[in-house]
Amino acid sequence: MSDNASSSDTVVQIDQLSLDFDTVDGPVHALSGIDLAIREGEFVSLIGPSGCGKTTLLRVIADLEKHSSGKILVNGVSPDQARQDRSYGYVFQAPALYPWRTVTKNVVLPLEIMGLTRSQQQTRAKKYLDLVNLSGFENKYPWQLSGGMQQRVSIARALSVEPQLLLMDEPFGALDEITRDHLNEQLLELWRKTRKTVVFVTHSIPEAVFLSSRVVVMSPRPGRVMDVIECNLPSERTLDIRETPDFLSLAHRVRQGLKAGHSYDDE
Amino acid sequence: MNDATHSQGRIFPLSVVIVVLTVIWYAGAVYLNSGQLIDRYNKRSVQWDITQLAADAWSMKRPVLPAPHQVVRELKKTVLDQKVTSKRSLIYHAGVTLSSALLGFVLGTVLGIGLAIGIVYVTTLDRSLMPWIIASQTVPILALAPMIIVVLGSVGITGLFPKSVISMYLCFFPVVVGMVKGLRSPEPMLLDQMHTYYASRAQVFFRLRLPSSIPFLFASLKVAIALSIVGAIVAELPTGGQGGLGARLLTGSYYGQTTMIWAALITASVVSATLVSIVALGERTMLRRLDGGQVARS
Ligand SMILES: Nc1ncnc2c1ncn2[C@@H]1O[C@H](COP(=O)(O)OP(=O)(O)OP(=O)(O)O)[C@@H](O)[C@H]1O
Ligand SMILES: [Mg+2]
Repeated sequence: MSDNASSSDTVVQIDQLSLDFDTVDGPVHALSGIDLAIREGEFVSLIGPSGCGKTTLLRVIADLEKHSSGKILVNGVSPDQARQDRSYGYVFQAPALYPWRTVTKNVVLPLEIMGLTRSQQQTRAKKYLDLVNLSGFENKYPWQLSGGMQQRVSIARALSVEPQLLLMDEPFGALDEITRDHLNEQLLELWRKTRKTVVFVTHSIPEAVFLSSRVVVMSPRPGRVMDVIECNLPSERTLDIRETPDFLSLAHRVRQGLKAGHSYDDE
Repeated sequence: MNDATHSQGRIFPLSVVIVVLTVIWYAGAVYLNSGQLIDRYNKRSVQWDITQLAADAWSMKRPVLPAPHQVVRELKKTVLDQKVTSKRSLIYHAGVTLSSALLGFVLGTVLGIGLAIGIVYVTTLDRSLMPWIIASQTVPILALAPMIIVVLGSVGITGLFPKSVISMYLCFFPVVVGMVKGLRSPEPMLLDQMHTYYASRAQVFFRLRLPSSIPFLFASLKVAIALSIVGAIVAELPTGGQGGLGARLLTGSYYGQTTMIWAALITASVVSATLVSIVALGERTMLRRLDGGQVARS
């Protein structure tokens, strides 16, 4: 039955996926029976309390972690194959920039590895630094940039590979609220322009609802999907939308979903 | 802060230290040489006072501890007043020691880096090699050096190379330890990131592991270059006659020529200090390139 569910525009297809970590105090059920299909062009947020397996799920998609059972297809192939095809870009929680490389040199790092020519590398670096509003900073070193700018470099670097799928693990988690709001608007704008498929991990309900076309609510022990909430907010939206009743009722639903997982009180 | 004010700020404390050391040295020379002198005074029953004692203590032919100016005179005699090609020139001997030390340093560094790469990439080497590498350094080099010279000599290898082997033996250790640590220093996140790029092992090595290891490498190289001089000098002791600072030390102690020993020791430390500074300069240049001038700024 689940076989039929995977249509041609499904970018990530996950069926009954489980993952157990073997630790010294026995197995940790990080993910259990996850079903999720992410369609092309969707912006999907994974939200849930700490330890519910958001990072682990993203890492399984990226082939950084092997699942224990179930099925997963990325772009219709195995995560390993998808990684070899360089079909996704991964943005880590920290900018993960190389201190000895300038902004441009950081952005072209994956392109060097892919073997693009120098001029192709330069063109792409320019294009994606433009896109994240960082033109003029090409020759700066990471330590000369603010945290928010560094994270934008890291996003430009993930985009420079020109993947159809963007995996982001709390990319703005370490930033202050004002910078975060600003980057949220920029990211939304970027998604509108490029129509990439985005899987976005966050702790913040407003961030998830504001950015996403769908919010996946997860709960811990074992990590599983509690609720999937469609957010049909108008595609042209600004931060002001967070005051509207539509937005607030969506946020309320997400909060209810988190509560249903009675997430924090079963420690 | 610019370089000029920086060095000015250093010259004063440095000169104070030098003055203090010189004073202690002169006092030490009087103290250590007084025994011999007072014996001599008593035998000849001459009257003496402290000025007489000091004057004599600072001008003995075979003092226990020569005074600084005697060492300086010896240095002038053996450094400035000799042709560098002469066997009596300390520069010549320093050159002999330096060439075997440098060859040993290069060999040790190459060996150390090679072993470190093996240890980082091959799990079995990590388990099997490291205990031996550590054990190698617990053998006193002074006991090992003559054996290496003799063994290599018996298979017809003589001259510079056996001496370099001893320097290499001392040098490779800090390089292995530093490089293993350095090659393993990239955070897991950066390695994961390389994994998402589907980078080859060589690409991860040259773009991430190697640059990350450079600060560790240079810290090791500073230790290694100083050790290479120690190794070369130790290696010259059993081969006495053939020259080098070690040979000078041996000859000096054979004939009770303490001034000669001290002159050789000072030359050795000047050579070491110069080499360490050169490595430190290389380190600064490399680190500046590695972090785009952050070090230079702070
Ligand atoms: N490498 C690992 N080995 C063992 N257990 C792990 C490993 N990685 C994660 N876990 C466990 O798996 C569970 C899920 O971890 P994960 O990092 O996916 O949570 P998360 O939802 O991303 O949390 P956070 O919001 O704090 O980032 C946790 O209980 C964690 O302890
Ligand atoms: Mg996480």
